Amino acid sequence: METFNYVKAPNVEKALASAEQAKFIAGGTTLVDLMKLHVETPKTLVDINLLPLEKIEKLPDGGLRIGAMVRNSDLAWSDEVKKSYPVLSEALLSGASPQLRNMATTGGNLLQRTRCMYFREPNAGTPGGYGCNKRTPGSGCAALDGFNRMHAVLGTSDKCIATHPSDMCVAMAALEAVIHVEGPKGKRTIPFADFHKLPGDTPHIENALEPGELITHVDLPKPVEGAKSTYLKLRDRASYEFALASAAVVARVEGGHIRYIRVAMGGVGTKPWRSHEAEAALMGKPANQASFKAAALAALAKSKPHKDNAFKVELAKRCLVRSLKTATATA
Amino acid sequence: MATDSLPHASGIIGVAVPRIDGSLKTTGTARYAVDHNFPNIAHAVAVQATIGKGRIRSIDASAAEKMPGVLLVMHHGKIDNVYRFYPHESDGTISEARPPFSDDKVYYWGQFVAAVVAETLEQAKAAASAIKVEYDAETPDVNPDLSDFDGEKQESWKRGDPDKALASSPVTFDQTYVTPVETHNPMELHGTVAVWDGDNYTLYECTQGVVNHRVVMSQVLGVPRENVRVISRFIGSGFGGKLFPWPQSSIAASAARTLNRPVKISVDRRMMFSNTGHRPRTQQRIRLGATQDGKLTAIRHDFFTQTSQLDDFVEHCGEQTPFLYSTPNLVVTTGMVRRNVGAPAPMRGPGAVPGLFALESAMNELAEKLKMDPLELRLKNDAERDEGKNLPFSSRHLKECWTTGAEKIGWKSRTPGVGSMRRNGKIVGLGLGSASWSAARIPCTASVELCPNGRVCVRCATQDIGTGTYTIFAQVVHAATGVPLDRIDVFLGDSSLPDGPTSGGSMATSAVLPATTTATNSAVTRLLHIATSLPDSPFHGIKPENLAIANGRVMQKNDQQPKVVGVSMSSSRDLTANGVPFEEVLKMANLSGITATGKTAPSFEDPKAKQYSLHSYGCHFAEVEWEPEIARLRVSRVVSVFDCGRIINKGAGTNQMLGAVIMGLGMSLFEETVHDHRTGQPINNNFADYIVPTMADLPDLDITFLDYPDYIVNEYGARGIGEIGMAGVAPAITDAVYHATGVRVRELPVRIEDLLKSTVHEA
Repeated sequence: METFNYVKAPNVEKALASAEQAKFIAGGTTLVDLMKLHVETPKTLVDINLLPLEKIEKLPDGGLRIGAMVRNSDLAWSDEVKKSYPVLSEALLSGASPQLRNMATTGGNLLQRTRCMYFREPNAGTPGGYGCNKRTPGSGCAALDGFNRMHAVLGTSDKCIATHPSDMCVAMAALEAVIHVEGPKGKRTIPFADFHKLPGDTPHIENALEPGELITHVDLPKPVEGAKSTYLKLRDRASYEFALASAAVVARVEGGHIRYIRVAMGGVGTKPWRSHEAEAALMGKPANQASFKAAALAALAKSKPHKDNAFKVELAKRCLVRSLKTATATA
Repeated sequence: MATDSLPHASGIIGVAVPRIDGSLKTTGTARYAVDHNFPNIAHAVAVQATIGKGRIRSIDASAAEKMPGVLLVMHHGKIDNVYRFYPHESDGTISEARPPFSDDKVYYWGQFVAAVVAETLEQAKAAASAIKVEYDAETPDVNPDLSDFDGEKQESWKRGDPDKALASSPVTFDQTYVTPVETHNPMELHGTVAVWDGDNYTLYECTQGVVNHRVVMSQVLGVPRENVRVISRFIGSGFGGKLFPWPQSSIAASAARTLNRPVKISVDRRMMFSNTGHRPRTQQRIRLGATQDGKLTAIRHDFFTQTSQLDDFVEHCGEQTPFLYSTPNLVVTTGMVRRNVGAPAPMRGPGAVPGLFALESAMNELAEKLKMDPLELRLKNDAERDEGKNLPFSSRHLKECWTTGAEKIGWKSRTPGVGSMRRNGKIVGLGLGSASWSAARIPCTASVELCPNGRVCVRCATQDIGTGTYTIFAQVVHAATGVPLDRIDVFLGDSSLPDGPTSGGSMATSAVLPATTTATNSAVTRLLHIATSLPDSPFHGIKPENLAIANGRVMQKNDQQPKVVGVSMSSSRDLTANGVPFEEVLKMANLSGITATGKTAPSFEDPKAKQYSLHSYGCHFAEVEWEPEIARLRVSRVVSVFDCGRIINKGAGTNQMLGAVIMGLGMSLFEETVHDHRTGQPINNNFADYIVPTMADLPDLDITFLDYPDYIVNEYGARGIGEIGMAGVAPAITDAVYHATGVRVRELPVRIEDLLKSTVHEA
């Protein structure tokens, strides 16, 4: 860990004023780890734990406003989330451990960084170290020819195949959340789909935040009437483990046909993976195994596996088929 | 401690006795190696090589040396008072014989190339990361395929003509099994606190053998044996990784002497994957010959075991092969394959655990080939005597293990077809694997002291690695004297105590029992002699052999009320009870204590024990649940039955077996250290990427001890239990996996990518 300055911000204005050359620290569950590994070397940490962003509030339009500082466990166990957005509660509870969920925040989880083993090596991106275009653009990608069992099969580029590790984000992608930020140029909103960036040629740019911007809250749209939602996570062990494949589904079935559908996948993409292809394959179709399989095929049609992770394609399909079955099952 | 409900005296042997050191651990007052702090202590941090093979071209420590708090930078050419230890030409055993920083060569990724000692840990860490090392790197060889072996294979245990028998057997079987590199991950990291006083070293260590550690380190540090004291009172487990010294001990000791200050060093979790041992990769070809009705005609077990560049560690996969089953023709061959990896080390059930994965998997596959129940195949080939050594077994009840386990898991209702058993929308699979581990009685000395404060002290330079050894000593003393457990003090984990055994090979318990019993009985005999010889004693003139000790009191054997009159100092004692408290006798005689020493003679020098094959046995029956639609496999039940002699503490014993089965579950489904093929780095060197079972992964576990005493091993009939619990778990699970999914996994661990090949698509 490098030496750094530490500032505790009492409010959003002060936090933004201190933001230059700084990183905000909320739960610290990713950032502190990465600082210990020399991956993150901020000159200053601005502690935002005092900011009044810890509320979950109903919006007048029937949506839900989640403060950036709401802890994962509080969000997962919130009555409103459990009732109206079960996919989000299930996704949160499938992630990490109770201790981590007690610390991790909504805003922080949006910024969770990849678990790529090469990215997390202290010397990655340095001469003599592993190539990592996220750490040092142009230094290469050691995962391409390395041990890449946990890596992504969707949204990859020849510069980066790192998986986005969050479970919460997968649910939020399916829920079409909207992210509210505040920065030197004022307030703005970012649709969830636009928040995380594909690696392309610039894998070091992971999201749409401008320098100095702070996530203040996340809005969930009004729950879709008559829809059911679910999250399924498949992984090597039963808990405290990242997804090999996961799926978030929000679906409404009328008369045996799918009338509303949102599909997002985790563990397989370089960002929380909204599958418009699967949605298109399902919309208006009968809620049956054939439709689900067709959707799974469509969702993974563009997948690009590497040496150790080809199995994720088949696993993701099975994950999606089962999730669709669960979300469309009539009680 | 809830000991009131425990049976008294000799009844305490064999029941579940709560650990006497339990409260120290649950309250955080037990001090482990790096919990020791001293005034003026300095902190050392090691620097690891970032290449897997090559040479150090230059080390630039100029920036580090100028950083705040830095006291010393050590590297090649800059380390004092550390000498070479020749493993086969010395007493004692070392893990990595090459002294740290002894040349400019790098043999494996992560090898220590430098160390910084500073006033604080943070300063040492910062300076360590400021050391610039340049290398001439070569491509390391970490190839997982061990078939490139070109040395001479070592042949052992040959009997009959296995090749001829295989060629003429009506049924033959030939498969290769692979076990990956697995890393010991005890909760307590390796670490050393070294104190130098001008003449003597005191090393606070996490070692499974304080005596061996002292022997080795006295040679490494170039001082007489009596000038080294090794203290290891509590160990956060070792699993074999802490049996023998690692380089960090030499680094700390050298720095302590150079600086004349206490020095602490801790090996972090990342380092634990490269610098403190692992179970090496194995590749084992098993060939079996059999008659049509399932009688084994031949076994050929040819294996390669990966090892490091400089040390000669061999994972002896064929140790159980010669005697587990009866067959006239057999051979085991070993090939040691060098790779650019750190030195391997024994890991729980070394040899047996990977070896039995191969042999028992082969037996399960042979059974399938013969269309025979795998349990029946085993019963048919059970050995009546050790055909490898041509000796009778001291005590073997493997058959009863199999039949008991089969009954408990409901083997009778197993239908052999793949995917043929279903429950609650899931497919169920059942599998079986056998276990064995050697038994022996190794030397031990222990002393027992009866103290005037009414307490009994037991001393032995063995150690409790978390298995309950402290409690075993107390049980033995209580059994022989009746002194309550809370008045027995057990001193272990200090090389200045009477020489005790290393806690390894499942041999500590069988070693300490005879020595402790003899010491206790000798101390009591001395007490009784003194009690009868004192003029003022109520027992004066009585023959010592007519006295006994019970409930900590000296009394006459003929049950008469003793004459307590005249025992003036006993005013605080209950005089209405029978006999005289032993401490009153000591006070009468003005003794500071009565001490006696006992020794355990090793079984390998015992003419009677040498006439027998000494082993423990067991088996596991595993049940898995398979959901093909989402490729989800869970182990739902493991029933384990053991024939390990008499169990001394059923609580601690069951604990160990539960832990061992869980470790076997990790081996079967999760654990694998992956080396990056370009750098040789164990790339998953952390607890997020090297996964072990969580509580949520645990099946319903059922442990049974048959509890037949083996009096050839010692008078208690106790063997040992640490290792055997893990052996045989993996073949039971992989066979259950096959039964449920139709996928035979011959290379561990079982991964989802293997299971996706299942043709069983619906539950």
